[in-house]
Amino acid sequence: MSTQHHAIPAPVGGNLVNATTFVCGVLIAVMATIILIRLFFGLASTTNVNDGYSWGIWVVVDVFIGSALACGGFCMALLVYIFNKGQYHPLVRPALLGSLFGYTLAGAAITFDLGRWWNFWHIFWPGYFNVNSVMFEVAACITLYIIVMWIEFSPVFLEKMGLHDTRKKLNKVMFIFIALGIVLPMMHQASLGTMLVVMGDQVNPLWQTPLQPLIYLLTAITLGYGVILFESCVAASAYRRQIEVPLLNPMARVMLGIMGFYLFARFADVTFRGVLGLAFQFNYVALTFWIENACFAAPFLLIGSAEARRNPARLFLAGIAVMLGGVLLRLNGFLIAFDTGPGWSYFPSLPELLVTVGIFAAEILGYVIITRRFPVLPREDAQLAH
Amino acid sequence: MGEMNEIFDLGRKTLRDVERRLDMPRRDFLQFCTTLAVTMGLPTGAEAAIAKAIEASKRPSVIWLHFQECTGCSESLLRAEHPTLEKLILDVISLDYHETLMAAAGHQAEAARKDAMKANKGQYVLVVEGAIPIKDNGIYCKIGGQTAIDLVKECAADAAAIIAIGSCASWGGMPSTNPNPSGASSVAEVLGKPVVTIPGCPPNPYNFLATVVHFLTFNKLPEVDKLGRPKFAYSRLIHENCERRAHFDAGRFAMEFGDHGHRQGYCLYKLGCKGPETYANCPTIGFGDAGENNWPVGCGHPCIGCTEKGVGFTKPIHQVAKMLNVAPPLQYARIVEEQGKGASFASAAALAALAGAAAGGAAMLTRNLGLSHAAEEAERRKDASKPQEKSEV
Repeated sequence: MSTQHHAIPAPVGGNLVNATTFVCGVLIAVMATIILIRLFFGLASTTNVNDGYSWGIWVVVDVFIGSALACGGFCMALLVYIFNKGQYHPLVRPALLGSLFGYTLAGAAITFDLGRWWNFWHIFWPGYFNVNSVMFEVAACITLYIIVMWIEFSPVFLEKMGLHDTRKKLNKVMFIFIALGIVLPMMHQASLGTMLVVMGDQVNPLWQTPLQPLIYLLTAITLGYGVILFESCVAASAYRRQIEVPLLNPMARVMLGIMGFYLFARFADVTFRGVLGLAFQFNYVALTFWIENACFAAPFLLIGSAEARRNPARLFLAGIAVMLGGVLLRLNGFLIAFDTGPGWSYFPSLPELLVTVGIFAAEILGYVIITRRFPVLPREDAQLAH
Repeated sequence: MGEMNEIFDLGRKTLRDVERRLDMPRRDFLQFCTTLAVTMGLPTGAEAAIAKAIEASKRPSVIWLHFQECTGCSESLLRAEHPTLEKLILDVISLDYHETLMAAAGHQAEAARKDAMKANKGQYVLVVEGAIPIKDNGIYCKIGGQTAIDLVKECAADAAAIIAIGSCASWGGMPSTNPNPSGASSVAEVLGKPVVTIPGCPPNPYNFLATVVHFLTFNKLPEVDKLGRPKFAYSRLIHENCERRAHFDAGRFAMEFGDHGHRQGYCLYKLGCKGPETYANCPTIGFGDAGENNWPVGCGHPCIGCTEKGVGFTKPIHQVAKMLNVAPPLQYARIVEEQGKGASFASAAALAALAGAAAGGAAMLTRNLGLSHAAEEAERRKDASKPQEKSEV
């Protein structure tokens, strides 16, 4: 890849039992209990989903948003391996780790949202394939991508276990997995947008557009960079480490470029379809539309200049804004501005919320354990030498 | 082609003849032929062939024997609402011997049977109504001094086709129910060879007529299942075509006669309907020519499984049927559809707490990042003001 010298990754070390991991553990235990209840007593025992809103937050947040937030790994791979920007290499492993957990848990979340979950294997069984289904494309891509990502990330474990020969052998074929690791998420992130298209006129016209696959893909990429900004800042302050500002600064610029294109596409689409008027009505749909797009526009104000991008507080806020924008885009399309007809309503139940919180807790716990025990984050002393 | 043209020539002489002979308008006659063709599931064009066969008036000789029975099968054929049905039966076939219908009596009647058998040797159709008692050498049923066993064997020997009509002749029926003191048996059991059976108590007259007309038209009996029942009539369970089936699938049952469900026309399965284990076409063609839904289940009584050996007259009427194909689910989907609940206090509070915690955490982190950045910038400015120091590597 790049001949440039980077900081070698190393385990952070330290105690695994602390306030954060304890709280995460408790939340995961609560989630596990609720999931057991759901698996044995049915969806109605724990969730508020109904025939009008068959997808609640377990799908929209855990899968759609969870997988979009997990695009960090794919975005870094895109930057480092496709655009050959080797200097970003230290960011790849931590980003990949976040993606790994995001996707694996998104995949798991689908299983317990299935009404007849014991039939989940049907989608992997060739006799049951429905190759014309968007859902099939998403399921197949996400599953393959989860496997590919574990392979991409496996050097971390191989290094830790001292299996250097295996690692060398794996390195020879790694380019295949890296390529797949970029193609697969592009495919299914776009398909997640197609899911909205096939929902038809239940989706508000502000979000119902044939351009949705492109919109989902572009926001998934910007979200990936936003998450890296967020995660780098949180990891640095949690572990009291130096923030990789020299890397984040130019990366944030790339993100702004893509986001500019996205905002252009979004408003061009809304305008040309002649539904922009809906955004100027006095209702909650218009409000949430503007909040969503304000979140995407905010980073231009926060980190528009190179000088501003040197301030980690601004990078952090910009990361949050981008994430919120992406989250709202998906929530708006599938839940907030989704209208099945008169009489139908949906608001997540407490158990539903606790499961979603538990999923994120599992991601945090996994991140803490792996970064403390396995070589993921750049070695601190090497970083100081920069 | 010539033959087809002849068939579709509605002005043909034979058609006008049949009009006179059967005393029914051409339109009704052709409608009747079509009904029979449809009952048998025959392809388009068969109705024309049937019409031709009936017009030809080479009426086959029919010998009709009665044994242990109630004559309900004959009655059902004759007492049908359809005004010209009995005419058709009597005109389409040449009923040379029928103990209930023939005018002759005593030795005269028996002589008529023997004459018909001799004149139409190998060409007549034998119809048997009623079970045959075989216990004690068959002494429990005798006609003209001959036992039923002898009679059926004698008549069957030279018959072109044998049809057992009704459940008694088909599989023993009601007389064969335990303890079966007379040893009532079916025609097939007595003859030791399969015959065409039209079970039912009584059977639908159209199933019998269709079978006879099939023989008349194509010179062979229709395709039958392993019990000798014509497939066109007995290949489906009553349950499969029942008009109350949707209620079964939705779990809506009448629990007793006259209750709300019964009055609403719900499924009679829990009242002991044997539709799920009985093969017959009752729900599709109805019964007694009295219009739609005129059959036992249509009238609100559970099917008693009269066509089916081991079900009809054997199982108690209100015993729940054994499901032969689909088993009823243990749970049914709820009929009232939930449309979703709004936010509960707990979930709204949890969401608010979560958002608050996230916002607070983010604000604190931003402040700290900002402070450390300010400190670093100050440090950098101080460093920059010392000109002798080298820049970083």
